Amino acid sequence: MSTVEQHKVVDSRGSFCPGPITDLFKAYRSSQLGDVIELLATDPAAKADVTAWAQKSGNQLLDIVDEQGYTRIIVKITKKRS
Amino acid sequence: MRIELAQVTQLKTEAKGEQTERLLIILSKGTMDMAAPAFMIATTGATMGKEVHMFFTFWGMNAINKKTVNSMKVASVGNPGVPMPNILGMIPGMTAMVTRMMNGKAKKAKMPSIPDMIKMAKDLGVKLHACSTTMEMMGTTKDLLIPEVDDVVGAATMLSLGEGGQIIFI
Repeated sequence: MSTVEQHKVVDSRGSFCPGPITDLFKAYRSSQLGDVIELLATDPAAKADVTAWAQKSGNQLLDIVDEQGYTRIIVKITKKRS
Repeated sequence: MRIELAQVTQLKTEAKGEQTERLLIILSKGTMDMAAPAFMIATTGATMGKEVHMFFTFWGMNAINKKTVNSMKVASVGNPGVPMPNILGMIPGMTAMVTRMMNGKAKKAKMPSIPDMIKMAKDLGVKLHACSTTMEMMGTTKDLLIPEVDDVVGAATMLSLGEGGQIIFI
């Protein structure tokens, strides 16, 4: 079993709801506990959506950073559904 | 015409220790602007860890019929949301024009097509159920439905699929 934690960047810029959240979920499905997923999004709804998703799925929202023209949303995988 | 009722997919939530929340979306309308939100909500629900079921009834069956799934339209009549005088909607060709306009907007917003949304929903574990009464009424057989459809069920099964969960009627 690999114990190396990965840092994945998922680029959802340009796509709108439910694009970013499904992109994030796909990355989540192939991730392991401890992995960090960084979602890049231009959809203004992504911040609230990912916050709700993290709360619901039991994962940890590390940071939301506003960049020039897009947002970086960083989530740590702390819970995996079997 | 007789409909063969397919084996009903497992009704009970698989026991995994914790209770999975359920979401049932009933789609009764057969236009693109009704089907797209239904699939968007279904897909999102699945990413949130919900057990999602979609029940297609009446015109909602257009979304799972091989003949119509690729060409769902947007109504120009009786749709005051369309930015033009409603009476113009009656002119022949208007439905096609409004549909083209909406598809253009959808494409610009990088919104996936209905068939792509169906694939995405299925990939995330959303279950698709066709309404047996509608099939009987419209003379639709299971082979006319897209292969992504899980089964043909009645209202009682549909309600039991949504029991205790959120139900959205479109």
